[in-house]
Amino acid sequence: MAKPMEQITWQELEIGAVVTEVGNARQYETGTWRSERPVVKKEQCIKCGVCWLFCPDACIVRAAEGHFEADLTYCKGCGICVKECPVGCITMVSEEE
Amino acid sequence: MGKERKGVEVSIAIAEAVAQANVDVIAAYPITPQTHIVEHLADIVANGELDAEFVPVDSEHSAMSVCCGSAAVGARTFTSTSSQGLALMSEIFFIAAAMRLPIVMALANRSLSSPLSIWNDHSDVMMVRDAGWIHVFVENGQESYDNMFCAFRMAEDPNVMLPVAVNLDGFILTHMIEPMEYEDDELIKQYLPDFKMKNVLHPDKPVSMGCFGMPEIYTETQMNREVGVRDSYPHILKAWQEWGKLTGRYYKPIETYRADDAECCIVTMGSYGETAMEVVDALREEGEKVGVVKIRLWRPFPFEEFDKAVLGKKTLIVIDRAISFGGPGGPVASELRSALYKKEGAPTIVNYIAGLAGRDVSRKDFRNIIIEGMKKAASGDTDGFTLYALRG
Repeated sequence: MAKPMEQITWQELEIGAVVTEVGNARQYETGTWRSERPVVKKEQCIKCGVCWLFCPDACIVRAAEGHFEADLTYCKGCGICVKECPVGCITMVSEEE
Repeated sequence: MGKERKGVEVSIAIAEAVAQANVDVIAAYPITPQTHIVEHLADIVANGELDAEFVPVDSEHSAMSVCCGSAAVGARTFTSTSSQGLALMSEIFFIAAAMRLPIVMALANRSLSSPLSIWNDHSDVMMVRDAGWIHVFVENGQESYDNMFCAFRMAEDPNVMLPVAVNLDGFILTHMIEPMEYEDDELIKQYLPDFKMKNVLHPDKPVSMGCFGMPEIYTETQMNREVGVRDSYPHILKAWQEWGKLTGRYYKPIETYRADDAECCIVTMGSYGETAMEVVDALREEGEKVGVVKIRLWRPFPFEEFDKAVLGKKTLIVIDRAISFGGPGGPVASELRSALYKKEGAPTIVNYIAGLAGRDVSRKDFRNIIIEGMKKAASGDTDGFTLYALRG
């Protein structure tokens, strides 16, 4: 696993800051950006997968029970899933609550 | 050398040099005064004389974008532009340097709008001075031809990996027919072998280029670039040295003419060096101790070579070809003043801005500038700059 970004020195960077490790976006936990989180009423979810399709960060995952929910390690709280859900079963809740 | 010399338009010679360099991709949009370079390259590719992809893009922004893509897969890549074209591609111009892509550009220097002008000065290149490209200035047709090969050699050196712009004065050089010596393809092949990049875009070994950089990493990327540009210096010298060994034509980052015992030197970049030398010859005959200092390598700036050339002189008369509005003087003079600050034996700098948008600077004008400049230096009138031959 690559060094955390805040520990990399200028000498350790590849020429052109090329990233040679594949799939390392997973190491970048963007969940801290969020001010609101999407909350799914799972009993209302029709399991259509529209939220999964539209999530720009690909952080929607399918739970064992079959409904969809956001992986809060990566979810930035953009609210697109709320906008796109055809049955309105997702609401944004402030992280302060 | 005894080699055959032929009369060729400089733009045509550049296009033929690029073909001899066996480039893989050319992406360019025509703009005066660069047009003949890309037109002739388009001909060469269309005639089947060069196995390359010529991408006739919709704009200069796209031209540089195509160049970035092609260089990223390890293809030898060339483009050419001028003035407004450079302005339009400037977004990607910076990115090409940051991503350390070995693109070569012939930059036919032209003034920036407005007023709209197609003529020559250096306001376009000064706009991108800080982009992180290597900038070479050439003085005549032969230097233009030669430095196209040197540029590829510099750019593709694994110790360099930077885009290189060969700056040539629009019209004054691009449209001039000059006697030139061409080199054999064999020699070019020897000088410019196929190159390999450490990291290329290829599905067998995926990498990410041009990533997002948070505040935690951005500073480190900039230091990496700064050192990259600075450390390219000895390899640039080596590229010129090797070319000299093969052809007998040597190039140096700072070149001087009758400067050794000169008390006053005129400092030029690009084609003005030729006229300056003639005027210096004439003034020497009248007993004036004058010489010429020519800056061939603008980035990375050759501080040591410059110091060697000028420390101990009384006066430098620096000719700038662009204005920095509201600033301390022309970009070259400001930089030289800064480079010499607090150095022992530093000459006084007198700054003239001349030849904007192709206004002719004749031998008589050079003579006036030198004589007047020496008077200014003697009387201590050396602040800021003078716009030469300004009416009103």
